[in-house]
Amino acid sequence: MTDKDQYKINKEPFYQAQGDEVALYEAAYAARLPVMIKGPTGCGKSRFVEYMAWKLGKPLITVACNEDMTASDLVGRYLLDANGTRWLDGPLTTAARIGAICYLDEIVEARQDTTVVIHPLTDHRRTLPLDKKGELLEAHPDFQMVISYNPGYQSLLKDLKQSTKQRFTAFDFDYPSALLEAEILCQETGIEAGLSAQLVMIGQAARNLKGHGLDEGISTRLLVYAATLIKGGVNPRAACRMALVRPITDDADIRDTLDHAIDAVFG
Amino acid sequence: METATIPTELEAYWKQLDCGFPRVEPMFADCMREALAALSRQGVDAYIEHARFLGKMGRGAEPILIFLENWPTVARMLGEEALPAVMECIRRMWKSPNGNSITPFLQALPAAARRLQSPQQLHCFLDIVLDFMERTTGSIHGIHQTFPSPGLPEFFKQIPLLLGQLSLAGLKEWVEYGVRYYKDHPDRQIDYFSLQSADSRAVLQRERHGTLLVDNERKLDMYLRGLWHDEQQLIPYSTAFDILRQPVPYYDKLGIRLPDVYDDAQEVAGIDRYRAVLAHIAGHRRWTTAIFADNFSPFQRMAVEFLEDSRVEYLALREYPGLRRIFMALHPIPAEDACNPEQESGVRHRLAMLSRAILDPQHSYKNPHIVEFAQRFRDLMRQGDSSTSEMAELAVAFVAKTRRQSDQLAQIHFTDTVVDYRDDNRQMWKFIEEGDEEEAFDAPRKIEPGEEITGLPPRHYHEWDYLNQSYRPDWVSVYEALHPPGNAADIDRLLAKHGALAKQLKKMLDLLKPQEKVRIRYQEDGSELDLDVALRSLIDYKSGATPDPRINMSHRTSGRSIAVMLLLDLSESLNESVFAGMGGKPPNSQKASGSDQTILELSQEAVSLLAWAIEKLGDPFAIAGFHSNTRHDVRYLHIKGYSERWGDPVKGRLAAMQAGYSTRMGAAMRHSAHYLEQQQADKKLMLILTDGEPSDIDSKDGRLLIEDARQAVIELDRQGIYAYCINLDRKADDYVADIFGKQYTIIDRVAQLPEKLPQLFISLTK
Repeated sequence: MTDKDQYKINKEPFYQAQGDEVALYEAAYAARLPVMIKGPTGCGKSRFVEYMAWKLGKPLITVACNEDMTASDLVGRYLLDANGTRWLDGPLTTAARIGAICYLDEIVEARQDTTVVIHPLTDHRRTLPLDKKGELLEAHPDFQMVISYNPGYQSLLKDLKQSTKQRFTAFDFDYPSALLEAEILCQETGIEAGLSAQLVMIGQAARNLKGHGLDEGISTRLLVYAATLIKGGVNPRAACRMALVRPITDDADIRDTLDHAIDAVFG
Repeated sequence: METATIPTELEAYWKQLDCGFPRVEPMFADCMREALAALSRQGVDAYIEHARFLGKMGRGAEPILIFLENWPTVARMLGEEALPAVMECIRRMWKSPNGNSITPFLQALPAAARRLQSPQQLHCFLDIVLDFMERTTGSIHGIHQTFPSPGLPEFFKQIPLLLGQLSLAGLKEWVEYGVRYYKDHPDRQIDYFSLQSADSRAVLQRERHGTLLVDNERKLDMYLRGLWHDEQQLIPYSTAFDILRQPVPYYDKLGIRLPDVYDDAQEVAGIDRYRAVLAHIAGHRRWTTAIFADNFSPFQRMAVEFLEDSRVEYLALREYPGLRRIFMALHPIPAEDACNPEQESGVRHRLAMLSRAILDPQHSYKNPHIVEFAQRFRDLMRQGDSSTSEMAELAVAFVAKTRRQSDQLAQIHFTDTVVDYRDDNRQMWKFIEEGDEEEAFDAPRKIEPGEEITGLPPRHYHEWDYLNQSYRPDWVSVYEALHPPGNAADIDRLLAKHGALAKQLKKMLDLLKPQEKVRIRYQEDGSELDLDVALRSLIDYKSGATPDPRINMSHRTSGRSIAVMLLLDLSESLNESVFAGMGGKPPNSQKASGSDQTILELSQEAVSLLAWAIEKLGDPFAIAGFHSNTRHDVRYLHIKGYSERWGDPVKGRLAAMQAGYSTRMGAAMRHSAHYLEQQQADKKLMLILTDGEPSDIDSKDGRLLIEDARQAVIELDRQGIYAYCINLDRKADDYVADIFGKQYTIIDRVAQLPEKLPQLFISLTK
């Protein structure tokens, strides 16, 4: 039997609620409804799932999805050993067995035919057929399915099938409001309130440019990085350039504008 | 000689000058005294000597008068050793037919000296002048120069303006352009050098120093959007031609008007000056509410404007403290005692001091009113955002407190009171009465009857001039329109005719269709284990046979992301019969082979097949045709847009295709690149179907348009567009490689086109 405790989250992760999402999630978990979380990159999707797993005291198994992932990467496969072959459970199977929350991060990155394997686990059946092994796995009563993705990609290829979408309840996340975001930066890194407000202003400037040369604004995560650098003694301007501007753009005009925003904000 | 008015100490000089013009005599003494003060002994001798020459030259009194008057000033700026070079220049004008330019030249000299600063620069300037003169002085038989340069006198008249806007290098370029294009056309040359013609101004604009709005529009757009969450059209106005009344930035519902160029000033970069203006205007747009102007006197209104400007800047600085550096550097610092209130009106001066005191907390003003009101302003702002009407109250109080009798004087103290990043505040006021006080800024403009707008306005494209390796700005006008429709059934009939070919193509297309993921088995190295093969190898191994080591597999995606633009040359030559272009064959053999089709008809067939094939593949695809009738009229006709299906409307347009006029390829390519560029695809392909070299009736030099097309291909390449030419001209080898490098095919047997074109496309995109 797999060690359940390795998937447990022991320390409370910091999560600043933006609304009633915590209560809603708890209600969904009580009914074991699958949950989908949408939102731009770095707005706190993964952190939220982590926090809820901690709060509910359930193990969390996270899978970062990618294009090369196949169904057997999720379900499990036969491996060779000295005596012949041996079955190894994939993360999805493990979660269903031990009653963990299975979190598929950035699900749209996986190919659509791969994601179909989660279907039987996400409706009333709550089973997982392991056809290669010839087993029909009944999900543990504590098991829950959570997926997340970023709808901002706006690519025809990177979308979920309707049949997948309609098995989930959903949260729509966005970057927190300026006040809240400044508070998050303070809590997360311990920088002073004035500085965090300034960082948030730069973030807002970049978010205004979304769709005008920027695919995504500066995420809360990047703001946390910048705050961390500043806390570590880096000059605020240099930290902002390094953590906020350079990662998100190669466009000289945008870089210039954001650099100017940094100068304007720090005075 | 009458020497009554010449003082005795200057009499020797007067004799030496030996000048008989009566107009010289009254001013000689003044000029001479200035010269004696400014010049050395030798300098004075040279001054007299050269003035004497100018007097004897036979060009009337003007040259000597201007010289006597101007030279001491010029010598003070450039040093008197510059004189020989200047005189040499004059002598050469005198010897050539350009004597009429001497007077304007001498008149332009002080302005030029002010701008040029050093003797080296003066030499460069004179070189430009002489080169200009040399090349534009006309001759009849090519030996003796007989006609004066038409542009030269005009050029000298424009010197103050030109040197104000251009560096010497820029001036050289500007002159170069005018001389090159208008050497043989005296009237146009005059237009160009007197800054009357459009391209003269365009080239001037291109060569100007400073930060141009057009180059930074996107940056400033982002600035406004990103930092101010505001969105408005930025519209440039020209600063080059209004010397006396410089326009001021302003905004109305059509957009924000900004000067077309900003030089760096007070160590603030041009781009930051633009940002300062935008920050100020964005501040007004955010925080200013218009108030009624009727009850304020002009002074009060000016005070309200100054204080409101200060308020929006104060609020902007609260948000972005970093702007303080820019505002502080650009805001003038009026000296406290600069204005003498006995002689001039100090209204502006006081307000500018107050504005400075508000902006700069470390100001040094002692005036109790300034200090008091700056403090009152800050107290108000401390309580919140304040408002325009509160500023109005404060302003009225300030005017009442500081009023003076002399405020009514006509002479107003202006020095250091103009804050050039502020707008003219026209949006701040509303009027109860339509009186003579307000101006109708936003009066509805009526479109004159009969002036109905048809079609889209032209787009202008530059054209490459290989002779001087530069672009001619806005040289070509491209008019775009939807191709008129025709009968779609014609195209269906053509497609039916090629049914067999279509079937063959379909097979090829099926091979090309995206297959998503493809599994590659039997790999020694791969991304994952191929379990079936691995187990088989294991069994081999256990039973003593050599196992197959290729037990892995990997994946390959074969998706397609190609956007295609098919650009058709619709020039007159397409109307030729297929065999006419092939020489040899006698007319009756045409009939015999049953092919009296024109190239146009064949192109229609080929394009229909290609369009059908691409539609099957599902690649985004557009078709357009072009022809030209001089640079002023390049027509670009849309046949199929990217979002249109290959249906009857498109087929109809294709069926109606007609050929005429010439082939100005570069402009058409640039225009279609403009559309192709906006497609989101990994690969962008522009197919150009043509039957001859680029040419146009207004271009005598055949090379010119070829080189321009070549430059267009290079530009496309930079935009990530792959240009490929399908040429139907069998003699195309001479030029097509020059334009397209290796990216071309020549189809010798035009009759094969319908077959070749889709095949070519398929092999290009495989």
